[in-house]
Amino acid sequence: MPTMNMIQALNSALDVMMSRDPNVLSFGEDAGYFGGVFRVTDGLQKKHGLTRCFDAPISEGGIVATAIGMGTYGLRPVVEIQFADYIYPGFDQIVSEAARIRYRSAGDFTVPITIRTPYGGGIFGGQTHSQSPESLFAHVAGLKTVIPATPYDAKGLLISAIEDDDPVIFLEPKRIYNGPFDGHHDRPVQAWAKFPESEVPQGHYTVPLGKAAVVREGKDLTVVAYGTMVHVAKAAAQDSGIDAEVIDVRSLVPLDIATIVESVKKTGRCVIVHEATRTAGFGAEISAQVQEHCFWHLEAPIERVTGWDTPYPHAFEWQYFPGPARVIDAMRRAMEG
Amino acid sequence: MRNRPKLSLRVPEPKHRPGDKPDFSSLPIPEAGEVRRPEIDVHARDISDLAFTLIRVLDKCGKALGPWNPKLDAETLRRGLKTMLLTRAFDERMFRAQRQGKTSFYMKSTGEEAVPVAQALALDRGDMCFPSYRQQGLLIARGYPLVEMMNQIYSNEKDPIKGRQLPIMYSSKAHGFFTISGNLGTQFPQAVGWAMASAYKGDDRIAASWIGDGTTAEGDFHYACTFAAVYRAPVILNVVNNQWAISSFAGIAGGDESTFAARGIGYGLPALRVDGNDFLAVYAATQWAAERARGNLGATLIEHFTYRAEGHSTSDDPSRYRPSDEAKAWPLGDPIERLKQHLIALGEWSEEQHAAAGKEALEQVAAANKEATSHGTLGENKLPSAATMFEDVYKEMPEHLIRQRQQMGV
Repeated sequence: MPTMNMIQALNSALDVMMSRDPNVLSFGEDAGYFGGVFRVTDGLQKKHGLTRCFDAPISEGGIVATAIGMGTYGLRPVVEIQFADYIYPGFDQIVSEAARIRYRSAGDFTVPITIRTPYGGGIFGGQTHSQSPESLFAHVAGLKTVIPATPYDAKGLLISAIEDDDPVIFLEPKRIYNGPFDGHHDRPVQAWAKFPESEVPQGHYTVPLGKAAVVREGKDLTVVAYGTMVHVAKAAAQDSGIDAEVIDVRSLVPLDIATIVESVKKTGRCVIVHEATRTAGFGAEISAQVQEHCFWHLEAPIERVTGWDTPYPHAFEWQYFPGPARVIDAMRRAMEG
Repeated sequence: MRNRPKLSLRVPEPKHRPGDKPDFSSLPIPEAGEVRRPEIDVHARDISDLAFTLIRVLDKCGKALGPWNPKLDAETLRRGLKTMLLTRAFDERMFRAQRQGKTSFYMKSTGEEAVPVAQALALDRGDMCFPSYRQQGLLIARGYPLVEMMNQIYSNEKDPIKGRQLPIMYSSKAHGFFTISGNLGTQFPQAVGWAMASAYKGDDRIAASWIGDGTTAEGDFHYACTFAAVYRAPVILNVVNNQWAISSFAGIAGGDESTFAARGIGYGLPALRVDGNDFLAVYAATQWAAERARGNLGATLIEHFTYRAEGHSTSDDPSRYRPSDEAKAWPLGDPIERLKQHLIALGEWSEEQHAAAGKEALEQVAAANKEATSHGTLGENKLPSAATMFEDVYKEMPEHLIRQRQQMGV
């Protein structure tokens, strides 16, 4: 089986879908001839033709709006927003339009589009290249919000997103494009090729939307994470000596709360980790649902480890980024609580 | 330099406010038939003059003049006239229904009927329309049942969109009528995307979209024009300049500085400025743009210069911000009166026929209203089960919505 990093896996998903379905096309800023600033669409224009993978003007509102129009026609466009931090000019089109067109037309018009966008920190990107806006989308009825954490999942989830008949916000944790960064910024990042999750089938397969994955089994405590934080959580479990069960949420909406609940009922303790700011972050939603379902099983207050409620500060990358040390602190509090 | 005046902020104001006598004598209005009609493969820069004039066909006496005369047969003209009469009668009845408390909201298109009706006739039936909220004439011209429109307005048990949308936000894919959004302008770049898809597939259908003068100030207008020009999308972008955006006159959207049509020039889009109350001129300009789009020559921006003769909606009182007789003083007249006069001048229509057609329109509307109200009106709780509110959020209902529906107890 070939080995792929996350970029190659995403590229392969697009390639597979463009080969299978003439209604799949891809466009975005620098996404055509050049293949995207992160190279996710590399080679697709050459292989599939100019009209199937092309450059778009610097106009996120226009990119999303035209994708919606194409979707209502019957195409399945996959658009790239160069950085999640740039998505806001397209926000009205996503929230007021893509999310609601099926509903407001009683199913007459549908928007089977995928909006891919790299997100998250750990790259010294400052406040305009590091944001994690997932909760803004998870809050909107009618959208699906998906975040992979491995090359295998990236390809399988992206294919599912493209085949889905509803609009999907597909957030790509750019810090782990090339390797599973675990938050130990003082150590070199290992390439994906060294990990089994980089074994990615060449052809078509799917990872279903709405299914979480237990990526590390444990009995002491449950850590719920997604994106880059899955790897930080795994490192924290390793470093702390606490036998933590780590759950990769994979899909925020629909949320596989059953898998999380099952784990917390077993461990009685829960730590939720995300990069995004804390207030009204997605961790708050998970926390609320866990206490609704697991109140009598909880041995300690639910802990959240998140980005601070500040903009992402460029020169304080590692003070802001919720690395393993902060996760371990929270795990210890949960164990003591 | 020392004598330079201090900076001062300018806020545009309309020429007339309540109590003023409306005077449009300074409005430059070219004679009917005066404006040239270029070939459809012309470059935008070579017809920039057409963005600053007014394409007009019908003169004061109802005669059709000049190169833009679409030379429509009498049957098509009568169809256009009857559809405008029907649209106006529908508007009157639905406005009244709101005043009677049978629905929450309504918006008339009085004075602007020529725009959607003539355009619906000039477009092909398969062409996709992305309307704003004042193009009900499109649906009526395409034969969408009046009773369905009313069912939507009344949010009753037969409401095709199940009580989910504010009245008049129709949707009918079968009639090539895109679901109306209350967020203004969003449909403009969506129409461009639809047109790009049509071109991508080698289809022969084109798209058309409508926004008002006020909405040209939204980013969506810029997105639409940019993408339409860059990808040469087969789309007709219509700006219905009816002079008023609720209480803000067109100058607040930049209409004092230039025409709305002229904005197309900067994008390299051919731009036509049309007398929007002239059924023949609207038809001809649309036909020109449609031929151009279908010929793979790209998009056209059309400004329809018209006047919103009534309030913005049932929630509006225009006498608070403009002279109450301004509509009567509008120098480009009323679209129904002008087409009627033309048909009579042709010997293809009479006052008696007109009166009969008006009566027939009223009867049609009354019959549809009787049927629609039998299915309920807003607040009569004749809706299908509230459980339907959870449907169509997604194609398949996810577990959290199933749980919430159960929680609601339905």
